Amino acid sequence: MSGSEDFAANLASRHARGDRWRLMFMLSTMLAIVFLGALILTIVDDAFGYVVMVDEVDQRSLVPDGQRLEGAGAETLRAIIDEGLSPRRYRALEREKPFDERSGADLYDIVLYEIVKPQVAETYTLFESLFERKRIVEETTRAHPDGELIFRSWASMRFLSTSLTARPLTTGVLTAVKGSLLTISITILFSFPIGIAAAIWLEEYASDSRLNRFIQVNIYNLAGVPSIIYGMLGLAIFVRGLEGFTSGSAFGASAAGEVANGRTVLSAGLTLALLILPVIIINAQEAIRAVSGSLRQSSLAVGATKWQTIWHHVLPASFDRILTGAVLAVSRAIGETAPLVVVGASTFLTQDPSGVFSKFTTLPIQIYQWTSRPQAEFRHVAAAAIIVLLALMLSLNAFAIITRNRLRKQKRFG
Amino acid sequence: MKPVQTAMYPEETRGVLSFGKRSRPHENIIQAVLVFCAAVSILTTLGIIVVLGTESSAFFREVSLREFLTGRSWQPSIGEFGILPLVNATLMTSLAAMLVALPLGLGVAVYLAEYASERVRETLKPILEVLSGVPTVVYGYFALTVVTPALRNLFGQDSIEVYNTLSAGLVMGVLILPLVSSMCEDALSAVPRSLREAAYAMGATKLETSVMIIVPAAFSGIAAAFILGLSRAVGETMIVALAAGAGPKLTLNPLKAAETMTGHIVRISGGDISYDSMDYRSLFAIALVLFVTTLALNMVSRSIVKKYREVYE
Repeated sequence: MSGSEDFAANLASRHARGDRWRLMFMLSTMLAIVFLGALILTIVDDAFGYVVMVDEVDQRSLVPDGQRLEGAGAETLRAIIDEGLSPRRYRALEREKPFDERSGADLYDIVLYEIVKPQVAETYTLFESLFERKRIVEETTRAHPDGELIFRSWASMRFLSTSLTARPLTTGVLTAVKGSLLTISITILFSFPIGIAAAIWLEEYASDSRLNRFIQVNIYNLAGVPSIIYGMLGLAIFVRGLEGFTSGSAFGASAAGEVANGRTVLSAGLTLALLILPVIIINAQEAIRAVSGSLRQSSLAVGATKWQTIWHHVLPASFDRILTGAVLAVSRAIGETAPLVVVGASTFLTQDPSGVFSKFTTLPIQIYQWTSRPQAEFRHVAAAAIIVLLALMLSLNAFAIITRNRLRKQKRFG
Repeated sequence: MKPVQTAMYPEETRGVLSFGKRSRPHENIIQAVLVFCAAVSILTTLGIIVVLGTESSAFFREVSLREFLTGRSWQPSIGEFGILPLVNATLMTSLAAMLVALPLGLGVAVYLAEYASERVRETLKPILEVLSGVPTVVYGYFALTVVTPALRNLFGQDSIEVYNTLSAGLVMGVLILPLVSSMCEDALSAVPRSLREAAYAMGATKLETSVMIIVPAAFSGIAAAFILGLSRAVGETMIVALAAGAGPKLTLNPLKAAETMTGHIVRISGGDISYDSMDYRSLFAIALVLFVTTLALNMVSRSIVKKYREVYE
């Protein structure tokens, strides 16, 4: 029969096509994972590597023969400062803190950054540093004979514990980390209670009326609104509308010499709280819905009121899930950049944010600032800041997982 | 035997026992607080509408709607407010993103739903979720420092600008990929088993079953995923702000720099901007267009999802 011959002849090619496409489907999955790997590798690649340092003024010309600047005494350093610093800069630094009161390390920093002025002439990535060391050494000796080749870890403990400065070599993320933590605390403080309360009402109390259905649909729609729109909302309402409240002037708490005019940690935190509120509500609703009805009924049957049932039975039984959902939302808020730029994050802060009424910057904002600079050094600084940001998000998630497991152990019923 | 007639409750002997509803003021207070918290979401929506509405209406008193929607140049300094260049750039980056996200996302979904074993699925899905958890500013950094140089090596340094919509769009596609793939997978898994079994019984191969039976059956779900992904791409900000370029330009060339709606809002509001200026108000007019577009896309997507759920359940 020719029909079955056709079938048999076709079968092989049909199976071959099946295998080909199966491979394609697998490849597209692999591609997504490869991208994630490339993303992480790039960040690590940029966060470490060789730099070529060139001093604007030769260190050896400053100190007497045979001595090194690093070990020089305070008198030597003072002499160098008296001689090398311009009178105007000298007065400015003297006003900041008199030279007589400064420590040796402090004086050394001034000599280094005000007079010697080390500059980064060239930077290399980690992979170049590991595999092309010979080429780097050759290039350096040819292009920068005075230069010094050192392996620099852009992400370091010093980077983590230093405040923001204008120079890529000395800058740190402490200001941004403090800003991020303060902002996120405000966000958690407002969004957790309101979000969980709203979820309880929608799941346990709300009847199936038109108004309640509208509230539910509205929450789904809010979850899809682009984050930058929340930024505009925060700008108009928290920064401008409630300026007296968010700048702290209503409480007489204006920071000395700082006019933040509503562009404060408080405004940023509240904006992010509104942003993640729909996500928290939706997640908490799912958690509450997963609690079995028999638990509620048995509680009501022994005479508990509705609220007693919710507080003593429904919430403890669902709290681990509620927490997981809420933490997911918060880690989204930590990485959020656009709404905070709109609300008015400061591009440069000379003082670390100290309270809710301070001007603010956050880690993603700094990453954005540094990435958009043209100089290569800032690219490495941005990579280091990304590592700090990802570490912060990871530790938050780890904390949530540990807490959740602990809560699960205490749980009386599943 | 005589039944024992003793009072169970002390109230009973006093004659004040009632099984009627007792008034519990604190329960009512708690309920009122809960209602208020649920109302915060309504207030947020109202806030968005009022804020965008009032600032935009002040803007539209000076610029006609027609000029705004059809003008081909956006230069606030000389009073030209035509949104077309911004919309055009947004469409270009979003379409580039969807060209990456839809085929890849559908491929991933078919693989996970039809081919992968339970164990592989359980390991791969969290990895994909990590992709959507990475902050968008990190994607922007990646687009600018890796993808753009790679594209410039590929197409030649001169033919492609440092800031271009292609690079931003491609990276945005990867950002949206997990969303599209998980929605597509939900749609594929919702197709009843009987359809698969019927196809196998007719002698179809796995590929033929997947592509000719399951995917068409889940088409509405896939369409919903596409629309929601598009809405996410339109509203995405940091990638385009970093990699697509500054300065609104009307160009159809994806290798050139152009500024999207979101990119423009971020750049202008990040600088020093005085309230009550046309610059400031124009941002709200752009935001209004953005809000209406994404809201419409989200609603269409949700109504499609609702419809196909009803068909199969």
